[in-house]
Amino acid sequence: MGLRTPLFSEHAHLGARLVPFGGWDMPLHYGSQLEEHHAVRRAAGMFDVSHMQSVDIQGPGAHAYLRYLLANDVAKLQPPGKALYSCMLNARGGVVDDLIVYARGPGSYRAVINAATADKDIAWMEDHRAGFEVTVERRADLAMLAVQGPDARQKAEPFIPADLRESAMLLRPFCTADGERWFVSRTGYTGEDGFEITLPAEEILGLWQALHDAGVRPCGLGARDTLRLEAGLNLYGQDMDEDIGPLESGLGWTVAWEPVERDFIGRGALTELRDTGRQRAFVGLLLTGRGVIRNHLKVLHASREIGEITSGGFSPTLERSIALARVEPDIGKDCEIEIRGKRVPAQVVKPPFVRQGKVRIAL
Amino acid sequence: MSNLPADLKYTKTHEWVKDNGDGTLTIGITDHAQEALGDIVFVETPETGRTLEADEASAVVESVKAASDIYAPIAGEVVESNANLSDTPETINTSPYEDGWIYRLAPVDMSAYQGLLDAAAYEQTVADEED
Repeated sequence: MGLRTPLFSEHAHLGARLVPFGGWDMPLHYGSQLEEHHAVRRAAGMFDVSHMQSVDIQGPGAHAYLRYLLANDVAKLQPPGKALYSCMLNARGGVVDDLIVYARGPGSYRAVINAATADKDIAWMEDHRAGFEVTVERRADLAMLAVQGPDARQKAEPFIPADLRESAMLLRPFCTADGERWFVSRTGYTGEDGFEITLPAEEILGLWQALHDAGVRPCGLGARDTLRLEAGLNLYGQDMDEDIGPLESGLGWTVAWEPVERDFIGRGALTELRDTGRQRAFVGLLLTGRGVIRNHLKVLHASREIGEITSGGFSPTLERSIALARVEPDIGKDCEIEIRGKRVPAQVVKPPFVRQGKVRIAL
Repeated sequence: MSNLPADLKYTKTHEWVKDNGDGTLTIGITDHAQEALGDIVFVETPETGRTLEADEASAVVESVKAASDIYAPIAGEVVESNANLSDTPETINTSPYEDGWIYRLAPVDMSAYQGLLDAAAYEQTVADEED
């Protein structure tokens, strides 16, 4: 049996199919993954993401510490109230985890990290704290709900505490409204507008049920995965890991090379890879033939293996199969995927495939 | 428990088999199987005329979650595949025992049909898997 979020009983009550995920028992779907996917693209859906962990990083040295710990630069978070997506790298330039870090005030940050890597991440953060006046605190007392879709913010508005409501509704993308108990950010993992709301564990059931009564559809990890794939968003452990860094997983844009005097863990290894120019490319693929692309299938060009699928699946919005893949550089526009011994044609495209309800690639 | 028609035979790999009474069998996947797979988005059916060995992978059903092989319950020749599944694979979710049939087979030895599982034996197989 895995760990349970405060909504476990509610998921079971709603008829969710519960599956192990990163050490937790989480809902895969509540009946139809496809309908949940479409609800997020067309109206509003919600996800229990309480398995993800909030980590508070505080102290006079927090700013300098995070500038050393993360490949992206928290100095960009001015003024406080902004969020930043970053990789946390090891010395070899591989990814320990990807995370979002929020600036809350002078010497006060919050990171949200993946469930499966949480223990490892926190140990890593502790191990690299020496020389910085900073504390790293896991907030096991908090839960997290993501409400996503074109109607999501408007559906959530009445249930946000009065003292935060107005500021939450005025948030620009990738910004947060920070209250005493609730922490509302205009972020997500679906390619749609919405909020991620961090709140005391004992309050999440009330919010979930209120949103459900307001017509927001409960969605499971299945829809979360097809939504993020359509949005071209990476999944840690599939698209990048401790051996595959940001430059080979489409995350080069998250590495802050400037200022050059900022030293961060992994900088040397990344710089070396960048300067040799030998990194593989990370591309989107659209299957033009019939079938479904799955993780780890081979990508071929003129019968030669040129790469591998890192995330593949069926796109409910496009009604076609799409994928993210790591391939040799400069492969051109066409390739083939080996599916059960057959070579099926595919096109190289630039993610995102779908964003804010709209198809972003040529079909 | 999911729906299990008593007039069908079953396999431990979750196919159902119907005796059409004309020397052919129809094959599909059970209600339990479609529910476990989730939303079905692609089906690869066997070509008419293909000969199949017993337990040979004969078709593929892909859901949002995973690809799943469909095995021939007994040896025979494919006489027809369900062409509608190409455009509406979700028929297997909505009507696993009727409109969601996958292919028809002319068996080499019809008596092998009697050796397949009945509904009660299949139900036991599913229960054992879930333990």
